[in-house]
Amino acid sequence: MGFGRFAGSLSRALGRGDGLVIGGKVVLALCPDAFARLATGHRVVFVSATNGKTTTTRLLAAAMRAAGSVVTNDSGANMPAGIVAALARPSAAPNDHAPAVIEADETYLPGLLPGAHGPLLVLGNLTRDQLDRVGEVAMVARRWRAAFAKTDSLSAIANVDDPHVAWAAGLINDVTWVSAGQRWTADSALCPSCGLILHRAAVDHPGNPDWSCTCGVRRPTPAWQLETTDTKATLVGPDAARYPIELQLPGRANQANAAMAAVAAQLLGVAPGTALTAMQSVQSVGGRYQTVSLGGRQVRLLLGKNPAGWSEMFGMLAPAPAPVVIAINARAADGKDPSWLWDVPFEQLADRFVVATGERRHDLGVRLLYADVAHATVADPWTGLPSEVADAGRPGHPALDAVGTYTAFRELLRRGGGANDNGLHG
Amino acid sequence: MASMAESRLRLISIYPVLLGTYGDGGNLRVLTTRARARGIDVDSIELDAGEPVPDSADLYLLGGGEDDAQVAAARALRADGGLTRAATKGATVFGVCAGYQLLGAVFPGSDGVPEPGLGLLDVTTERLPKRAVGELLATPYAAGLRDPLTGYENHAGATRLGTAAQPLARVEVGIGNGTSDAGEASSEGAVQGHLIGTYLHGPGLARNPELADLLLSWVVGAPLEPWPQADVNALRAERLAAVSRGRR
Repeated sequence: MGFGRFAGSLSRALGRGDGLVIGGKVVLALCPDAFARLATGHRVVFVSATNGKTTTTRLLAAAMRAAGSVVTNDSGANMPAGIVAALARPSAAPNDHAPAVIEADETYLPGLLPGAHGPLLVLGNLTRDQLDRVGEVAMVARRWRAAFAKTDSLSAIANVDDPHVAWAAGLINDVTWVSAGQRWTADSALCPSCGLILHRAAVDHPGNPDWSCTCGVRRPTPAWQLETTDTKATLVGPDAARYPIELQLPGRANQANAAMAAVAAQLLGVAPGTALTAMQSVQSVGGRYQTVSLGGRQVRLLLGKNPAGWSEMFGMLAPAPAPVVIAINARAADGKDPSWLWDVPFEQLADRFVVATGERRHDLGVRLLYADVAHATVADPWTGLPSEVADAGRPGHPALDAVGTYTAFRELLRRGGGANDNGLHG
Repeated sequence: MASMAESRLRLISIYPVLLGTYGDGGNLRVLTTRARARGIDVDSIELDAGEPVPDSADLYLLGGGEDDAQVAAARALRADGGLTRAATKGATVFGVCAGYQLLGAVFPGSDGVPEPGLGLLDVTTERLPKRAVGELLATPYAAGLRDPLTGYENHAGATRLGTAAQPLARVEVGIGNGTSDAGEASSEGAVQGHLIGTYLHGPGLARNPELADLLLSWVVGAPLEPWPQADVNALRAERLAAVSRGRR
């Protein structure tokens, strides 16, 4: 396709990495319907959520490669310019019929739908994040639902354990419902449809995930279910077939991401067992979970950007009393208001030492003061860590965990010389 | 009102699951810690959505929330009546953003339809033409406050004060109440007796310890001993410097 080649050479000429996004912006300026033109012929899958969309995209792309080539924006550039740039890469598009596994920012998803032809949506969760840019959760869910209602031949895989997601997907004819779990419930106290207080069965029956409203909105019956114990995770299919989930990626949230990706792969023609096996090749996602060398220590990098994500983080950290470095920025891509730090139960770090760093380290310092967590605020921890960190990350000792907001994480990755998944330095 | 020698202070956070979207739940944590640091015993209570509001507490906190949640909270509080009884008896009330607006006579509910508030603060709120999002810096008017007020605002409310309410502060950077007339200083927040409403997130009491201690001093009926904290001073210095560089 001439246009795609032109766009591809343009984006290559303009550079790689972040240059990809700039290339995409130029392409969109020259040709506003570039996405629709580049998507022609591809089976488009949009993966969207507040948390886990990059990882789910990565896992699904890995699964689909078991059946052939795939086009994907695996750099995590999930706004239109990044998506156009990824589709325009000739190396990424060996043929027009390859599935296009596209991570879409939750605010941009509605605008992308008209450009795809009968897309499949993979919808994970909607929770508070970057409230200055994204807006309130109920508003995002309303925009999703309105956009889904206007789109022809849409199909979806949706998480029944997030009421906003289930309600937004409720008007789609062809939905495969998955129970992937959702630990964070503070953003879905109210019925997304009528605004009354949602009834949660867990209030009377702990562990029961059911939710419903007197207006008739209720948790759909899932066809697929993620079952987790402390030691293992299993995806259970509609025929009661059981597929073990064994990932290199840590944590319950990644098991949920894998469950959503495996159901998507199944709908696209790759059996769940094959898909889950292929997902074991994924060791890190955009540098997340990667161990790099910083300040003479081995440091494991983790992304913690909002309260729902942090609710899954405590279980992923090296056990107490291991110290932890937390880097907080509040640039546009992080959300400019770090008040969300007060929604994270940092009291759970009470038996550790925390190094607070990043441009907004003092916001974290105050949060930790009131959480009664021993800490130090340090502008650049990698030129000298407080003595309380002791030997964490030194040879013969377990890696030191460092958790960052989006831009702080990117800075850690860059400083540590970590590679993102394209082999480019972030 | 409790006295320091007497019983424990009772602090109630009202429906944080509805009015805690913007991190304002931290205000309860701040007040609890600052009271205990002065040797004051505290009971901190978070009320579930729709739970009856005891009218016997000393201090009530309301935070920011989404539009539907704000309407749900206002309706539950009007039906319950506990907060109104407590405020009438002289309890201290601190409302932020949605929690500020619903203490007034009327605010824009879902889809902008006017929704009655509790009518405890003499303020009314309409929609701002453009959402106010960014750092907010204000010079306090209220007695007992000297330090600049710093926080983050994220709201679409234009709040007008009636004659019974006084502005909390004069806006230096940001929008605040967003209702100043031509030639008049922009105001932020409202004070009426022991009720304070404000648009300061951050949370407001974490960023402004003097304001936190003012609320506690009202409740205990005496000024508090200083409790200087290097972390808090560093945050305030950093934020005030950032705002003066024009970062909003």
